[in-house]
Amino acid sequence: MLAVKEIEKTYEGKPLLKKVSFEVDQDETVCLLGPSGSGKSTLLRIIAGLEEAEGGQVLWKGKDLTHTPAHQREFGLMFQDYALFPHRNVAENIAFGLRMQNRPKSEIEERVKAALKTINMAGFRKRKVTELSGGEQQRVALARALAPEPRLLMLDEPLGALDRTLREQLSRELRRILRETKVPAIYVTHDQEEAYAIADRLLLLHDGIILQSGRPHEFYHHPRNVWVAEFFGLGNLVSGTVKQHDPLRVATSLGLVTARCDRDAPPKDAKTALLFRPTQAYGNPKDCPNRITGKIIDQVFQGENYRITLEITRDIPFFTVILPEPVEIGQNLTIGYQAEDVLCLENS
Amino acid sequence: MTSVKSSLQSWHKNPTFRALIYWLLPVVFLGYFFYQPLLALFNLLVSPEWGFSFADLDWSKLLDPLWFTVTQATLSTLLTLVIGLPGAWLFALFTFPGKKFLKLLSTLPFILPTVVVAAGFNALLGPRGWVNLGLMSLFNLDSPPIHFLNTFPAILAAHVFYNTTIIIRVVSNAWSRQNIRLQQAAKVLGAGPWRAFREVTLPLLRPAILGATLLVFLFNFTSFGAVLMLGGPQFATLEVEIYVQALHLLNLPLASVLSILQLICTLIITIGHNRISNSRSMEIAPRARETGVRRAHRGWEKIIVIFLIVILFTLLVSPLASLALRSIVKLEANRGERGEIQRGLTLQYYRELWVNRRGSLFYVPPIAAARNSFLFALITILITVTLGLLVAYALRQSTPINAVLDPLLMLPLGASAITLGLGFIIVFNRPPFSNIEFPILLPIAHSLVALPFVVRTLGPALQSIPTSLRNAARILGARPLRVWREVDLPLLLPSILVSAIFALTISLGEFGASTFLSRPEYPTLPVAIYRYISQPGALNYGQALAMSTLLMLVCAGGILVIERLHTPGKELF
Repeated sequence: MLAVKEIEKTYEGKPLLKKVSFEVDQDETVCLLGPSGSGKSTLLRIIAGLEEAEGGQVLWKGKDLTHTPAHQREFGLMFQDYALFPHRNVAENIAFGLRMQNRPKSEIEERVKAALKTINMAGFRKRKVTELSGGEQQRVALARALAPEPRLLMLDEPLGALDRTLREQLSRELRRILRETKVPAIYVTHDQEEAYAIADRLLLLHDGIILQSGRPHEFYHHPRNVWVAEFFGLGNLVSGTVKQHDPLRVATSLGLVTARCDRDAPPKDAKTALLFRPTQAYGNPKDCPNRITGKIIDQVFQGENYRITLEITRDIPFFTVILPEPVEIGQNLTIGYQAEDVLCLENS
Repeated sequence: MTSVKSSLQSWHKNPTFRALIYWLLPVVFLGYFFYQPLLALFNLLVSPEWGFSFADLDWSKLLDPLWFTVTQATLSTLLTLVIGLPGAWLFALFTFPGKKFLKLLSTLPFILPTVVVAAGFNALLGPRGWVNLGLMSLFNLDSPPIHFLNTFPAILAAHVFYNTTIIIRVVSNAWSRQNIRLQQAAKVLGAGPWRAFREVTLPLLRPAILGATLLVFLFNFTSFGAVLMLGGPQFATLEVEIYVQALHLLNLPLASVLSILQLICTLIITIGHNRISNSRSMEIAPRARETGVRRAHRGWEKIIVIFLIVILFTLLVSPLASLALRSIVKLEANRGERGEIQRGLTLQYYRELWVNRRGSLFYVPPIAAARNSFLFALITILITVTLGLLVAYALRQSTPINAVLDPLLMLPLGASAITLGLGFIIVFNRPPFSNIEFPILLPIAHSLVALPFVVRTLGPALQSIPTSLRNAARILGARPLRVWREVDLPLLLPSILVSAIFALTISLGEFGASTFLSRPEYPTLPVAIYRYISQPGALNYGQALAMSTLLMLVCAGGILVIERLHTPGKELF
């Protein structure tokens, strides 16, 4: 449906987007994820036609949209600040897009009613949007974006301004509505948990390129490089140098570590980084090829288990593991890692 | 080739180009009607036609009015602070019955024409005012015991009346925005109330106080109508001296030199004020409206609060109430009226406005002045709102040329109306701006005076419309013009109304430039009031007060509408 091809854009003289390409299919919710300042919102605005790219194309079913102004693209966009018209009430806000399409009054009324029902705000017709709570505004903004039946819906950090409980609730509601309407959607966020919750597919934007794309679990299991692992907070990262292939051995300040690699392992003597996931540490290191000893400096009870922080060397002052049994702060602890649980990553 | 094509396609999106389009009309207007007359003043001094030379200049003719202007402005400002600062304290910290009314009342002087204020003081303390007539009948005196008109205190009184509210507004706003926790923190840290005030509150208020003081000084420095009408020509400020030299003594070169001197002074004060108000932008954790205000409770506090309320109320109400009452009460005989005269309530002065008496001051009945004034005001609104919108849209474009053009636009704020009037009569003395057929120059001069206020109202209003609203409308399918109609226009409407009211009241009350430009066949209300009030005869006096009252009511109505509308940038100072 939507194809974004080699989009380029500079911001204040520096390249912001360097030939970004991706596609969005029917019924698919794609999550555009990236740290703030990575150009996600700019990319969204380029797709919407609110900003011009300096290179590349936006295609819809193969048709180039470069010279189609925003108001003729039939896309929906939900703004970060919602951008509800303060001089119009809830129903008038939702009706705006329908009015622009010159639909008959009776139809507009019916659709507004239906939209209000979808967002569970049937009684809010005549309310001023300035008097709504953040969550209510968010829902009205969604209804307004969906009412004209856009061929593509874009959401720019739609839950960004809300508090945690509300975010979880609204994210559920958002998933339901996106599933029901079956509209292809691009969802922009900097929060990976939100992305996991919403997306069929993730696109990670970093340094002006799509660094990795795939289903949410792929990011978890197969981060493309150190930066991705760090951004998703996957675990402890320890840098080292490749010493041997088959089995892969890496020299680190923890000693020589036996690890595995998803892709082709880096060449010998190449700098690399190892990912140790906290949940994969063994409290009993007996059968593990990799053993790590450190001083326990912190312990947090987490309900089912304990989150323990070790100080190992000067280079590795914090190493987090999750174990089922409590330990004593100040004592030394040795934990173990299986070779297949230590992931060797490409340096970014 | 492609780059040429794409640059051709995108030229209309270049912010500098767009800004220039928006600037075109305002720049032409200001260049022709403001900078040209201003340059003419300078030109007058060097052109051989007038034979002016600095060598022959009697410097005392410059320095005497300058000295007097500075003296009266300083004294007026100090007196204003004496009443204004306690007033700010009252408004910032206390709640009391009638606070809302007093606050509304305190906005009135800002918008009230000088002639109305002068007429108000005249009706209160003038020879035919309430106090003098009351004392005369009480003690059977033959002549008014209080000589107020044409004295220095009369000028000071009018200036205090005018400017106290500026101090109160600016300072109490800053004060009530101050986070109350700061004082609490100081107290917890061991500072007594007075110490906390001195070490925390006052330093944070200093920029606001300084800014307001300088603004008041500027207004006092350039005050014309109040000085002329209450002090008389013998109290020659720079403004009055320019007027006298130009219109009575026809010494245009000397008037020009005075104007230039005046311009330099006001420029310096304005720059100083801008410096201070820019440094004022430090916003400290604002507190919600009307929190932290309380009733006065301790004994001495109560006494001071009540005393202040009475003082402010008297200052603000007595001249205006006297004016309105005096215009509907007949106390003396009209000229030529013999026998037993009817004293008491009457609408005679208002009815007489429609009558064109033989030997009256103009060739037309006084009500024609009202008609003229409203016509000029309407033209002024049209000009200023159009230009104001253009400038507001120009300023929204991010382009370096705005940094140059914006200050040029604001300069008319510093130039006095008298200077403007003088420049106009020097430059525009032949068609199409001859001023003889129809005094189009009047609304143009009024527009120049009102434009900075209109821009300062519309600019922030436009800035406050988030771009995302326009984008939302576009995404939802509105074409550019529709976006403007659906988003910009409705959101700007209240501010357009407010700026139209500003333009209306400024035009209706404008006196300085009008004294130069109005013609006997086309008097404006302020000019008519000035002429009538200084004439003998109870009827003339009554009619002057009746016209002043009408003007006051229109302005008060305007203020009421403005206060009802919540618009950004309403706090002009």
